[in-house]
Order: sequence, then C-alpha cells, then structure tokens
Amino acid sequence: MTTTVTAQTDSPLTIGGRTFRSRLMVGTGKYADNQTMVEAIDASGAEIVTVAVRRVDLDRTREEGILYHLDPERYFLLANTAACYTADEAIRYARLGREAGFNEFVKLEVIGDQETLMPDNTGLIEAATTLAKEGFQIMAYTNDDLVSALRLEDAGCAAVMPLASPIGSGLGLLNPYHIRTIKKRLSVPVIVDAGVGTASDACVTMEQGVDGILMNTALAQAEDPVVMARAMRLGVEAGRWAYLAGRMARREIAVPSSPATGLLD
Amino acid sequence: MTASINVTVNGKERAFDSGSRLNDLLRVLELDPRMVVVEHNRNIVRRPQLEATLLEDGDCIELVHFVGGG
Repeated sequence: MTTTVTAQTDSPLTIGGRTFRSRLMVGTGKYADNQTMVEAIDASGAEIVTVAVRRVDLDRTREEGILYHLDPERYFLLANTAACYTADEAIRYARLGREAGFNEFVKLEVIGDQETLMPDNTGLIEAATTLAKEGFQIMAYTNDDLVSALRLEDAGCAAVMPLASPIGSGLGLLNPYHIRTIKKRLSVPVIVDAGVGTASDACVTMEQGVDGILMNTALAQAEDPVVMARAMRLGVEAGRWAYLAGRMARREIAVPSSPATGLLD
Repeated sequence: MTASINVTVNGKERAFDSGSRLNDLLRVLELDPRMVVVEHNRNIVRRPQLEATLLEDGDCIELVHFVGGG
C-alpha cells in the first residue's frame, strides 16, 4: 500500500470497514484509579479503547465493571482475549466479548509463554481462522515475525499487531527492520501493540510507517498518566508526520548547512 | 417449602429455587442484565432468552463483563 502525501493531509485509518481519526489506541488496565484512567484516555485522544472479559465478582461491589466509567457511545470498545493460552479459550472469550454487544471486533491474543507473554502463533492462526468465519473483525496480537503476520492476514485478520517488545516491558521498539518489513508486505493495517515505554518510542515506531500503536502500561504506569497520554498523542502524531514527510538520507559524512561560497578572504 | 437446585455460578455452587430461570438468577444476584453476558453450560444466552431459560440442578453459569485490560 502506498501513501500519497499532499501537504498537511493524512488519510484516516480504516480497519475492518470502520474509520478512525486517531492512530493511538489505549488499554484500560493497571491504572491506580478509574478517574486517572478516564482522564488519561481523554488526553490521549484515542478512539479505540481495549477492555478485558472477566467474571463478575459476585462478592464485591457491582460497579467494578469498566462500563460504569467509560462511555461506549464515545469510545470504540475493543474486547481482548488476554490470558488465553489456547485457540479454544480465545474463541470462547471472543464470543463472550462480542455478546456484550458493542461491535464485532476482537483483539485476539493467544499467549504461548507465561514469562515473556510471547504469542502462540499456531493457536492464533487457528483461532483467527474460526473467528473470521463467524464474522469477527480480528486484530491479532503477534510477534514481529513476517511469516506469522502474513499467515494471520491470510487467515482473514482485519489488522495485524506485531509487538515492539514484550507486553508491559517498556523496552521500546526492539526491531524496527522487522516492523518495517511487515508493514511493507501486508495489505491490512499494521498496528504495533505492546512494548512502547515513552513518547520517543511511539514516535520512532510511527516513523517506520505503521498505521498505529496500541499501548497500555506506558500510560497506566507513568508517574503522571494524564501528562504521559498527552506526550504519547504528540509522539504518535510527530512520528506519523515524519514518516509522511519522508526523512532525509543518512550520510556517514558531514555536509555543511551554510554556503561554502561568499566567505571572506 | 420450595424445592431447591444447585447451580455453579462463576465457579461457586449456589442454591436457587426449583423452577428459577436465568433472569431470576440475575435478579437474586442483583445484576443488571444489560451489564453482564450470561453463559449457560458453555452456551451464550442472549438477553431476550434469559426469561425463557429454565435452570436445572447441576447447571454451570458464567457471568462476565468488561474490566480494565490492555
């Protein structure tokens, strides 16, 4: 896919037939309190907001559900299948998430390793194949491997979401080359999911040409999540514009910026 | 005396009146049907069907909702 650049315009992001203005997507986990979460999401400018499907705690307050804090009219809620270790589990969670009644999108995760939370790509492809047949718009969290990304696209995913680095690590973009390669080869949107730690990570990631970034911990665990959300919004925008602008060529030598002519004797 | 049945709800066994339906279960647990998704013996039950679904002894119910996550 090529991007036609005209001055100061960017095409909107379209995933599974829906169009979004913001290229930053955010999670809702691990915030110190719900008020901070609400303010941080507002400051991020995100439209797509991820949520998890879990048992209602029957022994506690009824207001622990995220819908008491987030307006589903304002945000596009993206249910995830986090903590699923098999395709069957992920399919079950995806169906429950869809039944909550907001949309047909799912952020598909099938985890293969508890320590690194690296995805199980065999399970992912299996789950994606089943869910695509059921009409889901699948956004699949995967590693930064090109062949896995291609297989997920073939399985019918609406977007492929390679990691920058492990979930919750904040290590930033570990392999820009892999991410660029995936972006170049896929037709569906590529959203980098997980690993971004600070605004410069977001900027560098967007400079690779990807369509967007999904993050959670970088906001929730910042000392000031609301201010970090603003920084991430700007980081994503800066990186996107830099990509569209097209950076100068790298040179291993210095080239003066001021004229070499007109100098005094 | 009304006969009771045992139903596992979110992993915990609870007693309900015999003849209870899924909407009765939600009412007893003080849950708003618009805020939860009901899985009955591994099958998702849509809201309009809650009233028609009779509980039986040994049934397994999962009540889920959206919580914070990434």
